[in-house]
This record gives sequence, structure tokens and C-alpha cells, in this order.
Amino acid sequence: MSKNPDLLLPGVPAGRFDRRRLLRGAAVVGAAGVLGACSGGDDEEAAGAASPAAVAAAGGASTEPGETVRIGFSAPGADHGWQAAISQNAQEAAGQYEDVELILTEGNSTNEAQIAQLRTIIGEDLDALVILPYEGQALTDIALEFMEQGITVVNLDRVFADERAYRTLILGDNYGMGLSAGNYIGRELGDAGGPVAEITGIASLELTAQRSQGFRDALEGYPNVEIVAQEEALFTVDSGLTAAQNLLQAQGELAAIWNHDDDQGIGVEQAIRQSGRTDEFFLVGGAGSRQVMEKIRDGDLYRATVLYPPTMAASAVSLARLIAQSRKMGDLAEAEVPKSITLYSSTVTQDNVDQFIELAFDS
Amino acid sequence: MTTQDAPIADASGRPADEPGSGPTRAGGRFDRLRSIRIAGLGAVFVLFVIAGAVLAPERFLTLNNLYNILLQASVIGIVTIGLTFVILGGGIDLSVGSLVALAGVVAAAPFAQDGGVLAMVAIALAVGALAGLVNGALIAYGRVVAFITTLAMLTTARGLAIRVTDSRPFIISEDAFNTLGTDRLLGVPIPVYFFLAVAVLGWVLLNRTTFGRRTVAIGGNAEASRLAGIDVKRHTMLLYVLSGVLSGLAAVLISAQLTTGSASVGIGYELDAIAAVIIGGASLSGGRGTVVGSVLGILTLTVLANIFALLLIPSDVRQIVQGVIIVVAVLLQGRSRSS
Repeated sequence: MSKNPDLLLPGVPAGRFDRRRLLRGAAVVGAAGVLGACSGGDDEEAAGAASPAAVAAAGGASTEPGETVRIGFSAPGADHGWQAAISQNAQEAAGQYEDVELILTEGNSTNEAQIAQLRTIIGEDLDALVILPYEGQALTDIALEFMEQGITVVNLDRVFADERAYRTLILGDNYGMGLSAGNYIGRELGDAGGPVAEITGIASLELTAQRSQGFRDALEGYPNVEIVAQEEALFTVDSGLTAAQNLLQAQGELAAIWNHDDDQGIGVEQAIRQSGRTDEFFLVGGAGSRQVMEKIRDGDLYRATVLYPPTMAASAVSLARLIAQSRKMGDLAEAEVPKSITLYSSTVTQDNVDQFIELAFDS
Repeated sequence: MTTQDAPIADASGRPADEPGSGPTRAGGRFDRLRSIRIAGLGAVFVLFVIAGAVLAPERFLTLNNLYNILLQASVIGIVTIGLTFVILGGGIDLSVGSLVALAGVVAAAPFAQDGGVLAMVAIALAVGALAGLVNGALIAYGRVVAFITTLAMLTTARGLAIRVTDSRPFIISEDAFNTLGTDRLLGVPIPVYFFLAVAVLGWVLLNRTTFGRRTVAIGGNAEASRLAGIDVKRHTMLLYVLSGVLSGLAAVLISAQLTTGSASVGIGYELDAIAAVIIGGASLSGGRGTVVGSVLGILTLTVLANIFALLLIPSDVRQIVQGVIIVVAVLLQGRSRSS
């Protein structure tokens, strides 16, 4: 598959990142708020950074030092992998620029806490704010306040309810993950087709619905491939184990399984191995952990995984810098940074895994 | 059903003149009701099994699925038995799921793996025991409410687990350890044997030892138990240690199944375990509950989940139905108590 479209983004670091795990929160009773923390958080293993090519291509005007800008950064608490990778990406990106001063805030686990924290930095003479809101809707008003004060807001991953609340929006592509996974499976199974199953993340999250929809839409193009089952896991390893055990018990014949998340995939894979059905079908992951990529390279049970990279935070810092410096973006013809960017969900297979594996998270 | 006064005996069915039996004088009646409740729950369980056999004939009634169900019930079942003792003693332990994660990751840490399988198991049990001791000491001697103490432990232990792993799961390369979760003996997954052993030992502990009778007595009336000469504080503390140790054992079995020590395991175990204990006929206010009931409770929930999965029922419907079933089970028990 093709490379990320953020090829033109400047200064995305190619380092490796600690991979934090998704935890569906420590709150005792289900914790609605915790679910919020998961939205977008299920892909913690997505590639740690843009490809080296991106960094090389990023040269030129965009990376030349400009006037020093102060960029605030606010995101939910790093209690799981994707979140941790998000703030790490932001910091590493900022560290690459001598003209960026990043003002980090502590992670928050509620809307209210994030709003309160944003109030403490709103008066700090910021030029820009990169924000991954706990919930887009709830943080819209405070983002509007930043914009009204002339502070450029770059909205990350969870979108605000009002377009006036951000200057630029950067999103991952959950629907695209499903499309990529579906198209890959459809092509692999070819005309023969066969029954396929899906192990989703938390079903109540919109992102899960988007991924499933993409998967469904892609497979409509392959009439002989039928989705026969959908089992929910909760982004955790033990939930992946249980979901796959149930799925395997329910399904006599399978040609392929798409598991939405490589983290829960640890459990999914164990269940498949313990069932002894490793030769029956192949597995496609979601996110792109190093472990999974190694298995793809070795031609193991996994044949592919589809990415959802937290490098979007690095890109967001880069864009915030350019906007604050009133500069244009890399090789784009436009005089200003675009209003929205949606990342591409690459499909990593044995053929291209070497291109991605150096950038994957250790897990 | 009968409510007539029965000969005075404690909840274990022993004569009332044994130590620790004072506060449960109406035990004979409880005993009978308890049997009825368990029979009722057993009937519900059998009903589910029949439903599964009818609705998914080819997939449900297979040996493989039986093992599947038992395997899935094993880890949470062991936790449930520990929680049964805590709830019987009038307490609550919300930290069990987090303790499974903490014990699991410490046992899977590289230093532990260097020590081999025995060290790993010992470490998991010790971590569980230690955390349980902290819970118990705070509750019994520090007089902090159990709900709050174990809620605090729930977050603390989870945080510690994340810290220990630095959020990267530990891959367990000690095969002897992984065998405990992945292998089978006579066709039956090894965790099932552990579950069975814990259930039997739990039953003996509750019904055939002073420890068990004291647990029921304290849960029924702590003050009377104290006046009867029971060291209520020490005993309460031990209940949390027991719960912690069993969480540690559950941690061994789930980590071995996953061949991974992950800080994200065990989320929500406390809710499943509490539901199972309550479905099993226990009272959240203490003094009432059985090991058999709790085991049936967890098996019922697991069979239900299994049937849902086999029938491809969407997860939202599963959640609704499961909630309804829990309430219905408790309502039915309320009826049997008052009739």
C-alpha cells in the first residue's frame, strides 16, 4: 500500500516510542468517562513515527527555524498506550524544533479536569494549542475561547462540535482501517471467498462502529466473502482471549479474522493457538505493534495489520508551529496550512513490513 | 417453603455450642432456605444448559465447548470464591481485578522469570497476599470502610501494574509457567483443575472449619461475634488476605493462558465476581452465601455468555439480557427469603 499522505509534514521524528497499554480505566462501575478515554485509544500500537522518507522529504523551508512560538499541549491522561504515544510524539516533535516551546499539561481523565487545566494556560501567552479533547463536544466552548483570544487551536483525533473551535483538524481514519482490512481480506481470499469474522473493540464507541462499517463496505465488493460473526473485545488482552474463544467455538469454518486492535490481539492469538486451528484461516490485525509486524514478516498466523498512527500528534505540533509562524506547509502550493488532514490507514503486509517495522511500537 | 424454627445451629449446620456460632442462632432456617436457593439456582443453570442445547445443538453440547466454558469460568471463578468469603464476612473487595493484573505483571517480570516457574507462582501469590493484607489491615485496624479501601486499592494496584510494566506487556518465555494455562490434562484444560481444587477447598474451609463458621458469624453480627470471643479484626484482615491470594492464583492462570503479563487484564472482574456471588444467593450485607452458590453463579454467567456468543447475539443485547437476569435472580431470592 502507499505511504502515509503526511509525507509532506515536516519534522516528524522517526524514533521509537514506549508503548503504553490501553486500560479501560480504573473506575469501579463501568465508568462512562473511561469509555471516552478509549475513543481513539485503541490503536496504541500504530506506527511510532512517520517513515524516514517523511523526515527527509520534510526538509526545505518548513523546517528552517522561524520566530519562536509557544505551543500548549493538552490531552487526556496517558493511562493507556495510544495516549502515551500521543504525548510522546508531541514532545519529540517539539524537541526537533529550536523555535518551539511546548507547554505540556498533565493528562486529565475527565472533561472538567481538562477544562480546568486549559484555563490555567489560557493566559500564558500561547501562540497555539494542540488539543486532543477528552470529549470533543464537551471541550468545544473552551477551545472557542482560545480561538477568540487569537490562539491557534489544532484539534486532534476527537473533533469539536463547532468548526470555529479549531484552525486545523487532524484525524485518524477509523473507517479507513475497516476499508483497508476488508479490501486486504477480500483480495487475499480471491474468487473463492469464504466466511470471515470480526473481533471488534468496545462496541459502544463510535470508532468501533466506523471500523466495522468500513470493513463491511469494503467486503461488499467481494460477493463471495461473507461476514459470519462479530465478537466484541474490550481492547484488553484477556477480553481478546475470551472473544476469540467464543468466536472459534461458534464458527466451524473461517477463512479470515480481522481483529480491530493488536493489543487485544495478544489474547486473540493465544486463543487461536490453543484451539489448534492456526492453519485454517489467517489473521489481520489493527494498529501495528512490533510483535504483530514481526509475525507478519515471519509469515506466521498474521498476514497483515492496518495502521492508526499516533504520530498525528507530532504532525499536529508541526502544523501548529507553521500556522503560528504564518508559514506554508512543505511542498503544498497553498499559502497556508490546510484546515483538515485525515491520516491514511496503511496496510502492512509481508511485502512492505520492512518499511514499517522499524517504526512500530515495542510491545 | 418452610420458615418454621429449626433446631439452633449455625450456618454451617453445626450445633450452636461451637465457637463462633452464637450470632447465627437461626442458622437452621437459613440452612434450609439456602438449600432451596441453591436448588433454585441449580434449576436455572440447568435451564440455561437446556436452552443452549436446544438453540445451538451442534455447537453447545460438545466436549470442546464444555471445556471452553469451564476454562472461561476458571480464572474469574477463583476470584469469585475469594470474594465469597469477603462478602460472607460482611465486607467487599473491589480490588480483585486490579490485583490480578498487579500479581500477574510482577510474576511475569524478567526478574521473576529468571527464578523459574515456582518463583513466578510464589511471587504472584505473595503479591496478592500482600495487597490483601494492606486492604485487610486498613479495613480491620484502620477502620476505613471496605468499599473505599478496596476502591483505592483498585486504582492503586492498576497504576502499579502499569508502572511495573511501563505499559509494555511482559512476554512470558518460561514454558513451564505457560503450561499451567495452555496445557491440558486428560483433555481438560489445567486451569479447570485449579478452579475445582479451589472450589472444593473453599467449601471445606467454609463448612468444615472454625474459620468458615467465624466468617459467617462475623458477617451476620460482628459485635456479637466480638463478644463471643472472636478476634473480629484479625479474622476480617485474613479474609482480605485470602481474597488477595486467590487473585494471585487467578493471575497465574490468566497470565499463563496469555503467555503474557499485561497490566490490562482483570478489568471489571470485580463486577462479574460480585454478580456471581449475588446470583449465588449471598447477601451483600454479609452472613449469607455459599461456595456452591457462587460457583453456580459464575457458571451460570459463563454459560449465558457462551450461548450468546454461539447464537451470534449482538453485544448490546447481551448486556441488557445479562443485567435483567442478575436482577431477576436476586428478586427471586428475595422472594424465597420472605416466603
